[in-house]
Amino acid sequence: MDQQTIKTISAGELLSETLRLKNESYRLVAITCTNKDGMELSYSFEKNNDLLTLRFVTDTEEEIASISIMYSYAFLYENEIKELFGVNIKDISIDFNNTLYKIPVTTPFKKKEGEK
Amino acid sequence: MGNRTVIPFGPQHPVLPEPIHLDLVLEDETVVEAIPRIGYIHRGLEKLVEKKDYQQYTYVAERICGICSFMHGMGYCMAIESIMDVKIPERAEFLRTIWSELSRLHSHLLWLGLLADGFGFESLFMQSWKLREQVLDIFEETTGGRVIFSVCDIGGVRKDISAETLKKIDNIMNSMEKEVKEITEVFLHDSSVKMRTKGVGVLSKQMAFDLGAVGPMARASGIDLDLRTTGYAAYGKINLQPIVEQDGDCYARTSVRMREMFQSMDIIKQCIALIPDGDIKVKVTGNPTGEHFTRVEQPRGEVVYYAKANGTKYLDRVRVRTPTFANIPALLETLKGCSLADVPILILTIDPCISCTER
Repeated sequence: MDQQTIKTISAGELLSETLRLKNESYRLVAITCTNKDGMELSYSFEKNNDLLTLRFVTDTEEEIASISIMYSYAFLYENEIKELFGVNIKDISIDFNNTLYKIPVTTPFKKKEGEK
Repeated sequence: MGNRTVIPFGPQHPVLPEPIHLDLVLEDETVVEAIPRIGYIHRGLEKLVEKKDYQQYTYVAERICGICSFMHGMGYCMAIESIMDVKIPERAEFLRTIWSELSRLHSHLLWLGLLADGFGFESLFMQSWKLREQVLDIFEETTGGRVIFSVCDIGGVRKDISAETLKKIDNIMNSMEKEVKEITEVFLHDSSVKMRTKGVGVLSKQMAFDLGAVGPMARASGIDLDLRTTGYAAYGKINLQPIVEQDGDCYARTSVRMREMFQSMDIIKQCIALIPDGDIKVKVTGNPTGEHFTRVEQPRGEVVYYAKANGTKYLDRVRVRTPTFANIPALLETLKGCSLADVPILILTIDPCISCTER
């Protein structure tokens, strides 16, 4: 079966780490956000069936660089996370400005004040 | 440069079983850009994990899609089983593989019918869906359902298939093979069909990789990406080679799916020959702690299930990345340069599933 590795990085290292993986011919498989003790962003890449995930924790204030400049198809993942979690992702190649899903609730996965 | 016109395509359109909207920017009759809009059927199913416990969520996962419902349930169960280090019985692995391949068979037949309907070949559409009915009948006989089966569970499967029914399925596969061969002749060799698919919407191997295409979309462009080769369920115990074509056009995508139907029938027959006796489920107790990414090959390609658990019965997160979500960027690229008249067929050849995509 495939191997799974999670590598913790800082938000500032995202672009350089992604560029390294791009140069090594990794395929972007998914970007996942989990809201638990902060916004945990996981960028999963695959090569030869092995999965490598870059991970860091951020908040909704910090500006996160878009990786769509390297992986053009990241724009859908990034729009989804921006709209559902309220993560501040900047410079997405195609930015739907929180209208990808046209939902009536603003950032449904972002915890409201006082919510555990 | 010709006159530029923007033509809205969808969200309601005769070739679209589900709503997606594209703004097509045209120069005369040629598409120069396509801008997608989704969000018409977003149901917030990932959010529901906060309200349903990890065992109840199996039923939610199945309802992500009405076509690959079994494989969604299986992908979710596999993620939880990996977190909890649960080894399911071998018979359950084979049963999961049989139902998965029946799902692929019915999905591809459904798609072929839609494609035939898309280019106006109504008798071919009806013939494809007539064949699909036989697969739905097998589902009904073995699970009780034709769309949602509820047979996959954490720890195995809920229902067994008797030796007598397996023999019957084997016979159906033999007769179906002949019938599928007949429609293959039309889909791949009829001149009027080839005129609509050959050389249309070409996606090169490099572009397919650069745009993250998966499933038949990637394999039709020469990428041998097929998660079944990683050996999950019973796939590690049977003979299986990814079906790959090189041309990357609508014809190649059709050909990949046609050949995959024969492969699915062969896999089902291999499973029936090899399936061992024994239990179909192990008892799972306690709550999961940890996280896991599971990847499964659905009819449309790779689906990713991510689950993160905290030791309670409610998970912190379930995230589903579906194949159509991954194939939309490749679709947008192939639309560039095509004729307006070819847009419906081109959209159909990625086999879009919007319910999956939006969840």
